[in-house]
Amino acid sequence: MSADKKQKNENKVKMPDGVLISVRNLKKYYLGGEVKALDGIDMDIKSGEVVVIIGPSGSGKSTFLRSLNLLELPTSGTILFDGADITDPKININKHRQRMQMVFQHFDLFENMTVLKNMTVAPMNLMKVSKDDAEKKALALLKRVGLDDRADSYPSQLSGGQKQRVAIVRALCMDPTVMLFDEPTSALDPEMVGEVLDVMKGLAKEGMTMAVVTHEMGFAREVADRVVFMADGKIVEQGTPADIFEKPQSERLKTFLAKVL
Amino acid sequence: MTLLNEESMWENLKSQFILNFVKDHRYRLLLSGLLETLKITFFAVIIGVVIGIIVAAVVSSYSQNKERMKRRGGFSFHLLRFLNGICNIYLAVIRGTPTVVQLMIGYFIIWASSNNELFVASMVFGINSGAYVAEIFRSGIGSVDKGQFEAGRSIGFNYFQTMRYIIIPQAFKNVLPTLGNEAITLLKETSVAGYVGIMDLTKAGDLIRSRTYSAFLPLIAVAATYLVLVLILTFLQHKLERSLKKNER
Repeated sequence: MSADKKQKNENKVKMPDGVLISVRNLKKYYLGGEVKALDGIDMDIKSGEVVVIIGPSGSGKSTFLRSLNLLELPTSGTILFDGADITDPKININKHRQRMQMVFQHFDLFENMTVLKNMTVAPMNLMKVSKDDAEKKALALLKRVGLDDRADSYPSQLSGGQKQRVAIVRALCMDPTVMLFDEPTSALDPEMVGEVLDVMKGLAKEGMTMAVVTHEMGFAREVADRVVFMADGKIVEQGTPADIFEKPQSERLKTFLAKVL
Repeated sequence: MTLLNEESMWENLKSQFILNFVKDHRYRLLLSGLLETLKITFFAVIIGVVIGIIVAAVVSSYSQNKERMKRRGGFSFHLLRFLNGICNIYLAVIRGTPTVVQLMIGYFIIWASSNNELFVASMVFGINSGAYVAEIFRSGIGSVDKGQFEAGRSIGFNYFQTMRYIIIPQAFKNVLPTLGNEAITLLKETSVAGYVGIMDLTKAGDLIRSRTYSAFLPLIAVAATYLVLVLILTFLQHKLERSLKKNER
């Protein structure tokens, strides 16, 4: 069965101008509604926008991010991504995930492959890129993050910061439209946080659409176009970094900022 | 006095040796029994691994995909659920009944009309081993970090591509020692084949015992042969593990 045929059958949904991802009333319940990880989230992410999501642990921010590419199946609600309703069960989610790459807290490089293979296996098998082209591109990207000498290393031979930089360029090999970052620096030793944030800042400058869940308030302040504060599965407050950090409105956000700043 | 005793002991052992192994070419019984044991084990391991892979694939893919597939519905979900049910019954029955009983059922009921003993024994031990191999593969798939699976899916691979490129290569390496142990267990387990009259190594030793009325030498010879086979298998297993480790670290 060809995926192309399925794609044609998918109903194109009209998106508001410039909006790449549109989330409506997204809910994720556990234990039949006893635990509400996400309790009605609405969010539009514009093309080229950098959205940073902050909040206390258990606020649902990671669950929200992981719902965007359906790693978590939402209980209800819709997610529109570039004209397609990806919460429709009939949709071929794999096609959409290719353009919506994710970077994880624990890097999750493929342990059985070298760095180079990590970066070429998906383009070669999913986008039918030739081996030569895939490797050329991977090496160029590795060079950009200063790791071209580690192409033949296995993940177990790299430091945390190196692993995360590889994870980011592995995602870039797929030419994504949007990048999702799930606490990308939380598992790193403090001295390695900077090297990963630098790569992310570079991406933001180039105009990549990004949704980032992080505890790095400095990064949020410097790079975000919009900061979203979540608590108890809801969006409590959102705005520009200046609004959020200098003029917080809600008590929840004030308490949170007092603790983390 | 002691000298005389020792001498007579040696004489005794020598005549016993001749009686048990040389006379009437009785060593040939042991050799053909050994060959039969090796053949049964070889085919049973192959059948067991094939069944194990299929069952583990069905059971794992059902448990990992049922939520999504149920949401989508359709024929493939019902088929997979049906196959999963069959696999679970198979696992329960095989692991819940003694091997000897399975052997007798295979020999006297299922393949009663077959007179190919090697075929029947290989099938019975293979089907038996398949259940344990399936559990080994299943736990191997479970032993791979969940993040590897999520990374594969989020990069855009479908379930089967994720299994093929990422999960199974890692799972296989993790289960190799256990798989080797299963082969060793199976080799020893085939010694019950004599129960239905199949002339394997154990049965051959027992046959010699019943003809010569001396148990010591034939049974020790049988035990020593198994021991040597197991030691060889263990050696090969360790060698393979080492070379796999070298490949990746």
